[in-house]
Amino acid sequence: MAVRFLYPEFEVVRNQDRCVACRACERQCANEVHRYDPELGCMVADESKCVNCHRCVSLCPTRALKIVKTDHAFRENGNWTGKAITEVYRQAETGGVLLSSMGNPEPYPIYWDKLLINASQVTNPSIDPLREPMETRTFLGKKPGGIQRDAQGRLINNQTPQLELSVPVMFSAMSYGSISYNAHASLARAAQALGTYYNTGEGGLHEDFYQYGPNTIVQVASGRFGVHKDFLEAGAAIEIKMGQGAKPGIGGHLPGQKVGPDISRTRMIPEGSDAISPAPHHDIYSIEDLRQLVFSLKEATEYKKPVIVKIAAVHNVAAIASGVARSGADIIAIDGYRGGTGAAPTRIRDSVGIPIELALAAVDQRLRDEGIRDQVSVVIGGSVRSSADLVKAIALGADAVYIATAALLALGCHLCRTCQTGRCNWGIATQRPDLVRRLNPDLGCQRLVNLVTAWDHELKEMMGGMGINSIEALRGNRLMLRGIGLNQKELDILGVKYAGE
Amino acid sequence: MLKEGQVRIPSGCAISGIFSRKGSAISGERIIRSIAVMHDRSNGLGGGFAGYGIYPDYPDFYALHVFYDSQTAKQECERYLERYFDIINLSKIPTRKSAAIVDEPLIWRYFVAPLPHRLSDSQLDEREFVARRVIRVNSSIEGAYIFSSGKNMGVFKAVGYPEDVGAFYRLEDYAGYCWTAHGRYPTNTPGWWGGAHPFALLDYSVVHNGEISSYDANRRAIEMHGYRCTLQTDTEVITYIIDYLVRRQGLTMEEAARVMAAPFWDTIARMPQQEREEATYLRNAFASFLITGPFSILVGFEGGLMALNDRLKLRSMVVGEKGDLVYVASEEAAIRVIEPELDSIRAPKGGEAVLITLDAQKGGAQ
Amino acid sequence: MKRVYVNEKWCLGCHLCEYYCAFANSGQSSMVKALKGRRIAPRIQIEERNNISFAVSCRHCTDPICVKSCISGALSIVDGAVFIDSDKCVGCYTCILTCPYGALTHSEQGAVQKCELCKTNEFGVPMCVQGCPNQAIVYEER
Repeated sequence: MAVRFLYPEFEVVRNQDRCVACRACERQCANEVHRYDPELGCMVADESKCVNCHRCVSLCPTRALKIVKTDHAFRENGNWTGKAITEVYRQAETGGVLLSSMGNPEPYPIYWDKLLINASQVTNPSIDPLREPMETRTFLGKKPGGIQRDAQGRLINNQTPQLELSVPVMFSAMSYGSISYNAHASLARAAQALGTYYNTGEGGLHEDFYQYGPNTIVQVASGRFGVHKDFLEAGAAIEIKMGQGAKPGIGGHLPGQKVGPDISRTRMIPEGSDAISPAPHHDIYSIEDLRQLVFSLKEATEYKKPVIVKIAAVHNVAAIASGVARSGADIIAIDGYRGGTGAAPTRIRDSVGIPIELALAAVDQRLRDEGIRDQVSVVIGGSVRSSADLVKAIALGADAVYIATAALLALGCHLCRTCQTGRCNWGIATQRPDLVRRLNPDLGCQRLVNLVTAWDHELKEMMGGMGINSIEALRGNRLMLRGIGLNQKELDILGVKYAGE
Repeated sequence: MLKEGQVRIPSGCAISGIFSRKGSAISGERIIRSIAVMHDRSNGLGGGFAGYGIYPDYPDFYALHVFYDSQTAKQECERYLERYFDIINLSKIPTRKSAAIVDEPLIWRYFVAPLPHRLSDSQLDEREFVARRVIRVNSSIEGAYIFSSGKNMGVFKAVGYPEDVGAFYRLEDYAGYCWTAHGRYPTNTPGWWGGAHPFALLDYSVVHNGEISSYDANRRAIEMHGYRCTLQTDTEVITYIIDYLVRRQGLTMEEAARVMAAPFWDTIARMPQQEREEATYLRNAFASFLITGPFSILVGFEGGLMALNDRLKLRSMVVGEKGDLVYVASEEAAIRVIEPELDSIRAPKGGEAVLITLDAQKGGAQ
Repeated sequence: MKRVYVNEKWCLGCHLCEYYCAFANSGQSSMVKALKGRRIAPRIQIEERNNISFAVSCRHCTDPICVKSCISGALSIVDGAVFIDSDKCVGCYTCILTCPYGALTHSEQGAVQKCELCKTNEFGVPMCVQGCPNQAIVYEER
């Protein structure tokens, strides 16, 4: 039926002069775009199936392939864009909710790009990190608030449990299920090698990864998948997931076809059953309920582990964070609307939540206004794309950042944003054994270590430029930032001056 | 042009200090001669002194030194002070007119004690009560600025070269067991008297040479604890940090120094166990009060003086001794000019606190 | 001695090693020139069945049976690696029959061909190793 026809979004451009018909593209495309035609004696492509993940392009030994966005056009206008028109067609066809993956792609302002970093000149020397110590070690957790001394007058260590990070970057929650075993293995090993933490996400912890427990944050989400005593005790910290930046206010859904034997055992649910996380925790309908869960988890682990509460950046985030800070949580994680997801309703991903930069600035200031900033550490994510974003986040007031999309990119993800299909050609967002095998954790771990190490070098260079030689002197140091292209309201919320001021 | 408080003004400087361990009285004239040597380290836009033990007639009263821009500000401030304090003596601070010091505000001194019923109503200890009243005046009474508020000590400061400021305040008429001095080289200021150093709160006074890069992190952290950084200067925030750590948290001066100029983690890792645990604790528990960037400071307090450099020693500072007298200055010349024959002289390491206290007073800060 | 080893766990069955091998031994400057329109006869070959695949090439045995069985002295060991002198090879195929791994094959140039650890490229490792996208083929000391 003609009305069903949607012109493919991408075109596969093959330079037949270069193609040697090795068929690597055909073998590597889980979407079955490429095919060898014996009669034509050459490779052909069905671009309607192409998601533009670049697997074929990356592996083509003669660089004979490229993918381009089609220039086939609707008669678009400023209001009815091609995307808007296509989505109406798709919904008219299926009657369903549109699904997407990864973070909000819409052209909202990116505040990181409207903040500029300071450097020393004349009155104060910059510091060369190659010659002088430059410290990025970070502790997350409550500050004691007051000292105590023993009978001899010596200071008593009255600190509650802390997380120690050698670099203020952690890998944020991605469940086993939404991503593959090998992706988890890469993250776990990299976290250990870097002296930081990765996060199990809500899918429990595979038995093979208990060995990385000292570098693991275990997550308790609304579905409580895979949560049991050993799981809680395995990690260095426990995170209660109240919300996710990509889909605030709704739960999650791992389709039954991804629930194979391993995932079934890890999540403690029957094989092949859908894993549905409810929108709220059904034992948390208010802030006092959250406090009970925080302390239940602390009781269960004998007050030996910090508890993180993760919330999505929504309109009232500062007040919510203040409530969380008073709930007994040691760390608040805030996830912005650019944060990724394995699958979310498109409308929610693209329309709900607020930018993490504004949320962070508002939360940090609110907690200071209330005098409770030292009671919690603040970790932000969604999305931090580079060491410059990292520096800006810390200067705005974050203690550390969570990265996930950047980590997946390091593992090979090309942001094709079709995780929900389960046919990830890079072996990341899939459970198909033949695809999972494509991500060798030896390579994956090394690339993650490289990425974070590179950011750490850059972070140190920028700190040194500012004349700062320890990360705590950068935290909340908003004078080190200036705004560009921002209005007064935005400057006020971010708590920064305009460039030139 | 904007003055301190409306804009943050970085500055370079000279500092000098003298301390008699036996508590003998040193004339203000000596510290003027010392700081005068470092004339070129300041640019005429600020100089000042702090003297300890200079008010032996009123040792138990808080000596408030106040700048007023106008009679109205004076009346408003005095009304406020009368509401909270018993004022047992008030007078203009004696000055000597000179061509080098111009545009002086009204400069008054009050010896006060908190009104007992006000103090008990407030449920605060006496020092906290006084500190809050001072911060309140400075942040909310336009044109009034209390620049000294300790017992048996006083700050004298102005716009001008420090030797001229010392002469202006007739410091040769004062004598105390400890003096600190400051010559200022701000990069951009119309010169506001309140913006000169030392900066003081209660008996803590700080003179500082440097420009700290951690300023806003420190400011935002200390403001959580009730302080208002109205001047936006390094010295102000450092003073508040010391007040918070020592007076309110109960750390010793050495411990406070380990917070502000914390040892590097590598250094901490090499310490013996108990020291390591303590250093780790202090660094972690008070992380936001780590000060980075160049500084050399002299912290005066009742019965003591602490000299501290940033942990990379990005500013010069030397310590000399002769008998019971200890001298600290940005340059050795500033010490030699008043004491050519020293028993010893050394440059303390970055982050190494040099704490000098009266022989009669053990334990320093407490 | 470093040898080429295969981790079948990470083999994707993409067959790229075969193409890189064929190119490396073609003497041509570009893969297109070397392989366009030709059927390749690589010295490394992917074996696959069901979901398992792995590459097979000469293991450069310490006590190679092929060398022992060569009737013309064409096969020899140089620095631990097994090489073939095609001028001496008489094409009797005894080596092909005796190699338990199937690592020697008939060459279209008339004699027998086998992996000779092509390392004289810009990467300093055999091209099959360099071209493997998943480190399923490695060149290392064990």
